[in-house]
Formats: sequence, structure tokens, C-alpha cells
Amino acid sequence: MIEVCNVSKQYGSFQVLTDCSTDVAKGEVVVVCGPSGSGKSTLIKTINGLEPVNKGDIRINGTSVCSPKTNLSQLRSKVGMVFQNFELFPHLSIIDNLTIAQIKVLGRKRNEAEDKGRMYLDRVGLKDQAAKYPAQLSGGQQQRAAIARALSMDPICMLFDEPTSALDPEMVNEVLDVMVQLAREGTTMMCVTHEMGFARKVADRVIFMDGGKIIEDTSKDEFFGNIDARTDRAKQFLSRILQH
Amino acid sequence: MFKNYSWDWGVFLQPVSTGEPATYLGWLLAGLYNTVVLALSASMIALAVGVVMGVLRTLPNQRLAALGTTYVGIFRNIPVIVQLFAWYFVLPELLPSDVGTWFKQLPAATQMMTSAILCLGLYMGARVCELIRSGIETLPKGQRSAALALGLTLPQAYRYVLLPVAFRVALPPLTSEMINVFKNSAVASTIGLLELSAQAQQLVDYTAHPYESFAVATGVYILINLTVVLVMRQVEASVRLPGYIGGR
Repeated sequence: MIEVCNVSKQYGSFQVLTDCSTDVAKGEVVVVCGPSGSGKSTLIKTINGLEPVNKGDIRINGTSVCSPKTNLSQLRSKVGMVFQNFELFPHLSIIDNLTIAQIKVLGRKRNEAEDKGRMYLDRVGLKDQAAKYPAQLSGGQQQRAAIARALSMDPICMLFDEPTSALDPEMVNEVLDVMVQLAREGTTMMCVTHEMGFARKVADRVIFMDGGKIIEDTSKDEFFGNIDARTDRAKQFLSRILQH
Repeated sequence: MFKNYSWDWGVFLQPVSTGEPATYLGWLLAGLYNTVVLALSASMIALAVGVVMGVLRTLPNQRLAALGTTYVGIFRNIPVIVQLFAWYFVLPELLPSDVGTWFKQLPAATQMMTSAILCLGLYMGARVCELIRSGIETLPKGQRSAALALGLTLPQAYRYVLLPVAFRVALPPLTSEMINVFKNSAVASTIGLLELSAQAQQLVDYTAHPYESFAVATGVYILINLTVVLVMRQVEASVRLPGYIGGR
């Protein structure tokens, strides 16, 4: 479903991504981890074209993200994305946050879009918050609303860019629970996250990045179960974050 | 202070000494009318041009951004009085001759008003542009990304996501700019437009009561600007976002 082929990117003289290749099959859950500055957020933003690449190609269901002929807006509308800082639109109520793109991009009727929005709000446990504004919700609630907003577009896959990193510890689980539920329903997901518990629970594959390169791309069982076979950098990373 | 000055507030009700069927108060009101027409028209131009140029300056397309930057560079950095002379005295000479001739045959007051509206509108537009630009730039970068990630096009992202919030951010300083338009409109007296301050000056020449004349003009400017502040405060209150400081 998602094919990343030899992608490289630089900001000026700084090489952010070097020759990254991987793919995500339909229904697969892939967790991307690695230290800060390893390029994992940049990688996930290249997948829906929010970050242009200098070399290589990315295809979603066969459509190239990098080709100037591709209608990027149309392609993006099929790829759900959840951000570290939620990025709900502060001037719109929660339900309007969920319906605006359905109406303006997919051309759905308002009542149809609202029904869909309410269904997803119910699924993330926010049925009663539809009329509120983003600033009136907690961080965890905002992130769940943001997930519902992405789902309302009926995406073919979901991208998560550190969805729990900006949350209070108490709120991390309510967001992870929603993500676990999605994974178990067979949603195709690519998640940049440090939540190794989540990776262990639902990931099919783990990608480990360092210095802009993908240095491990392996099954979850291999990644967590066969530590001795990991690269030194991955071992070091795992020993540090699994210590506590 | 004012030792040998004889105050006479009744001077405003006296008929003017030119023989026109008007009082001096009537002159001031005519000036007020011109001030209001000039300032409101210029505000509308400033808002329209300022929003367009402010948006241009934040676009990823560097040519369009440069266009906005050039506009601000020209109109913000030249003193408004110099710009006004250019609009009124120089521009008609630079127009194709038939257009220039047509313009110069318009009534003098119309020529002055047109020049003054364009001048003030575009000068204030450069300032509005910067307010809108900074309003857009204070938004988290993720807002644009989130809008695009949902499949909105860049124009849609501006229309439905970025501008509605940027406007709210820019409202308080826009109030100051609105007040500035009214105050700066007095510069039009230098090309002969009889707006409020010019009429006050004319009263001094005709009545020899400068203190009364300028006291009233000053009071009127303060009243206008207090009205602007009150109206803008209502606007701010009506678009304030729930959950934010001072919100519902």
C-alpha cells in the first residue's frame, strides 16, 4: 500500500534522510522508532508529501507522491494523519473540525458528514464533546478528536507522528487504546512513536532509524525477541528506553 | 494664559462671511463628512489590499512572496505626505494623456478625494499586510500541515483554517490601524482637500477664533476614534473563541 523507494532529503547541506526504503502492506502496522533527530518524523511527513524529497519516490496504492502530475490534495484526502500537537482548528467546534474536509474536499452533504463525524466521535469516546471547542478539551481528548477527524475521511491508511509525545502521562493510554483498537480492526498504520508497549502489543514490523537512515526493518518478534541480533545502535537505544 | 483672548463659542452658529448659505458649524460638518468618506474608503482598500498582500508574503511560492515584500517596501517606507504629492501631482502626468486629461477635468474636490483615498488606502494597506502576515505566521506550522493533510488545497487551507484564526490574532492591532486612518486622513489637507482639520484651519482664517475651532475639531477626532474602539471591541467579543482567555 505504501512504498518508499530510496528516498533522500536534505535541508541545505544537512542530510535528513539517506536512501530510505521500506513498504507497508495493507492491514500492516509498522512502528518507526529511533532517537531524536534520526529523521523519523521527516520520513512520515514525506509519505503524504508534506515534506518534499530530493531523491527517490514514494507511492501510495501505486500513485506517486513525488510526481508533479499527481493531484496531491486528492491523494492526501485518502491518507489520514495525526500530529504530535493535535492541530485541531481552534476556531471550529469539534464536530466542525470533523466535517470541514468531508464537506470541502469529499463534497459530502453536511448532515451526512455530521453523522459520520458523530459515529467516529462515539468510537473514540467523545460523543458528548461534539459542540465544544478544541481549547475546552484536555490533551488526550483533543488527540482522540484529531484521530476521529482523520478517520472521518475514510482513509486507506493512517500516519501517526508521535501522537502521544505532547500528552500528560495520564492521557497517553486513552490515545493508545484508540490506536490499539484501530490496529486490531486491520487499519493500515505507520506510527512514529516511542511507546514500545504499543509496538509490542500491535506492531507487525518495527523500523529503527538513526542519522537519517533506516538501520533496522524487521518483524516485531525479531526486534524485541532477538536482542542479540540487533545493531549496536538499536541495542543501545532499546537498553535505554526499556530500562525503567 | 489666554489673557487678552475673548472666547466666543457662539461663533459656530454665525453665517459664514463668504456669503454662502452656511454656518461655520456647517463647514466643520462638511469637513467631518469628507474625513469619514476618506477614512472609510481608504480602510476598505487597505483591508482588501493588505489581506491579499499579507497572504502573498506567507506563500511558499517565492515570486508571489517577493511581490508582497516589494509592495510593503515601497508603501511603508515612503512618508505618506510624499506619497500623497506623488498621487496627486505626479501620477496624472504619467497616465496616458487622454486618461490624464479626463482626470484633470474632474471637479477639483473629486480629484483630491480620489488621490487621497488611493494614497491612504495603499499606505495603510502595507501596514495591514504586515499585521495579516504576522497573524498567519504566529499560527503553529502544524495548522497548515493538518489542513493540507486532510486534502484541503492551499487556497482552501487559507480560507477555512489559517485566515479565520489570523484575523482574530490581528484584530486588536487592526483597531489601532483603523484609528490611524482617521488621524492620517488630515494629511489630505496638504493637497487642498477640505476635510475636518482643513475646515478647522479655514475657520481660524475667517473667524480669528483658533482655540474654539481646533478645540471642536479635536473633540470630534476623539469622538470618532472612541466610536471606532467601541465598535471594534464588539467585533472582537463576537468572534472570541471559547476556551481561550476572555472567551465564552
